[in-house]
Amino acid sequence: MKERNKRIIFTIIICLYLIFTLFPFYWMLNTAFKHKAEVTRELTFYPHHFTLDSFKQVINKPLYRRALLNSLSIAFGSVILCLSVGIWAAYAFSRYRFLGDKHFFFWLITNRMAPPAVFVIPYFMIYSTIGLYDTRIGVILSHTLFNLPLTIWLLVGFMNAVPTDLDEAAFVDGYTFVGYFRKIFFPVIAPGIGVTAFFLFIFSWSEMLLGSVLTASSAKPVTVALLQNVSMFGVEWGLIAAVSIFAVLPGIVAVAFVRKYIARGFLVG
Amino acid sequence: MKVKPWLLFLPSLALVMFNAFIPTVTVISYSLHYYFPSVPPEYLGLEQYRRLLSDPNFLTALYRGLLFSFECLAIEVPLGLAIAMVLPKKGVFGGAALAVIAIPLVIPWMTVGLMWKLMTQQVVGPIPFFLSKLGIEFDMSRPVHAFQTIVLMDVWHWTPLIILLMSAGLSALPEEYYEAAKIDGARAGRIFRYVTLPGLKSPLLVLLLLRFIDTFKIYDEVWVLTSGGPGNATTFLSIFTVRLGIGAFNLGYGSAVSLTFLYVVLTFSFVLMVVMTKGRGVK
Repeated sequence: MKERNKRIIFTIIICLYLIFTLFPFYWMLNTAFKHKAEVTRELTFYPHHFTLDSFKQVINKPLYRRALLNSLSIAFGSVILCLSVGIWAAYAFSRYRFLGDKHFFFWLITNRMAPPAVFVIPYFMIYSTIGLYDTRIGVILSHTLFNLPLTIWLLVGFMNAVPTDLDEAAFVDGYTFVGYFRKIFFPVIAPGIGVTAFFLFIFSWSEMLLGSVLTASSAKPVTVALLQNVSMFGVEWGLIAAVSIFAVLPGIVAVAFVRKYIARGFLVG
Repeated sequence: MKVKPWLLFLPSLALVMFNAFIPTVTVISYSLHYYFPSVPPEYLGLEQYRRLLSDPNFLTALYRGLLFSFECLAIEVPLGLAIAMVLPKKGVFGGAALAVIAIPLVIPWMTVGLMWKLMTQQVVGPIPFFLSKLGIEFDMSRPVHAFQTIVLMDVWHWTPLIILLMSAGLSALPEEYYEAAKIDGARAGRIFRYVTLPGLKSPLLVLLLLRFIDTFKIYDEVWVLTSGGPGNATTFLSIFTVRLGIGAFNLGYGSAVSLTFLYVVLTFSFVLMVVMTKGRGVK
């Protein structure tokens, strides 16, 4: 009996916390489905006149369409760039001991910890000088600042879990390094690569500060477009809520796929 | 000298050089000079760092950041630990609850700011509405209200991380310890004090450091919600830095602030890395 009461109280506590977590999301949906007038006039806990106007407006506005497209390209670009470069470094850190390897690893991770605010001034200067200002490539390149260390850190963890016997057996069997990597090692760590790709996508998709400093119009990601519109038409809350829903979607999808690893991904976040 | 690992590492090293090393060197150089448009830069040495240490705006931003970090940790860590302890370890409900709890972690940080901006609007926002029922007249233009809203937003945003890590830590504690303690007739409070807490010591330490660094770096959400205002009430170091860098055209001084900010964060990160490497043998 006592055990049962305890269970009930615990469940109530958890439900209260879940309400706390979900309420801001509900409020965002609530705002997005309301008529413009209802949003600004009074407080209502559900849309009295349900409408999809805000969503239609988002899809019809070239500004937002382009921003969403930019964010998608930048996030995919960041995933591809960081994985194709970082996987080799991760293999080196996982399988070899070389001069200064631990120091380099430390240094990489501290880059992940550095506040992007510090790099605002030099990034603007450097990227303008080499002609990458306001280009998607430029933003993708700048995101390697935090995404490349994350790639290496996560992949080293996954690779360390693969026994070195596998490498040795393959080399005895006469595989070349590239052949071994493609046919044997890659399939084994593919799930780890998938998890890593998810995190890279989410972090690149979510980034705002570097994106706002390095773009003006043509490469502007959705977070920056949202930011500017908050200050520009501060009362169009329905529209802003609708764009935000698009902006949070990848994260919600990610939770379903990489829930087990989220804590790990954030240890270096 | 092994060549192969270096070859594998080289592309990454090149990118990090370009993205972290060169900018850092650039900022160091800026911080030692006085820059003014159309005049050649003048070498000042450490002058701007000296100015920094007596700049009341910098010092209050630093103090404000420490206060903010302290308050967030004091709420988030006990709350997160408590939720993790009441979560059922097995079964569908526990798993589903954890998945929902994790959602705030993976959405863009600026949308977190937007959501709380929606919630705190005068007249049409739910937070002023609920607080007025409690007899509190909530107003984001009051410094205390703005500051505490940011604390609440951070609690909403980051307690999930503590819950996730703590529930992982709890399920790693051997069941036998609890059984032994129960057989000895230990009370719940003593079990927590002598079994649970010691078992969670290293993940807790990692979390405290990690959350300290993150709260100290907070930028996106605050920028969206208050832009550092009203007045300077929510101007943390990151906002102070960006304002100086972009807004004030004070390149040299802005860089000195950036670097100081960077080194404070990196020092704590270094401690964190040492703790993590020791605690779990990562790598």
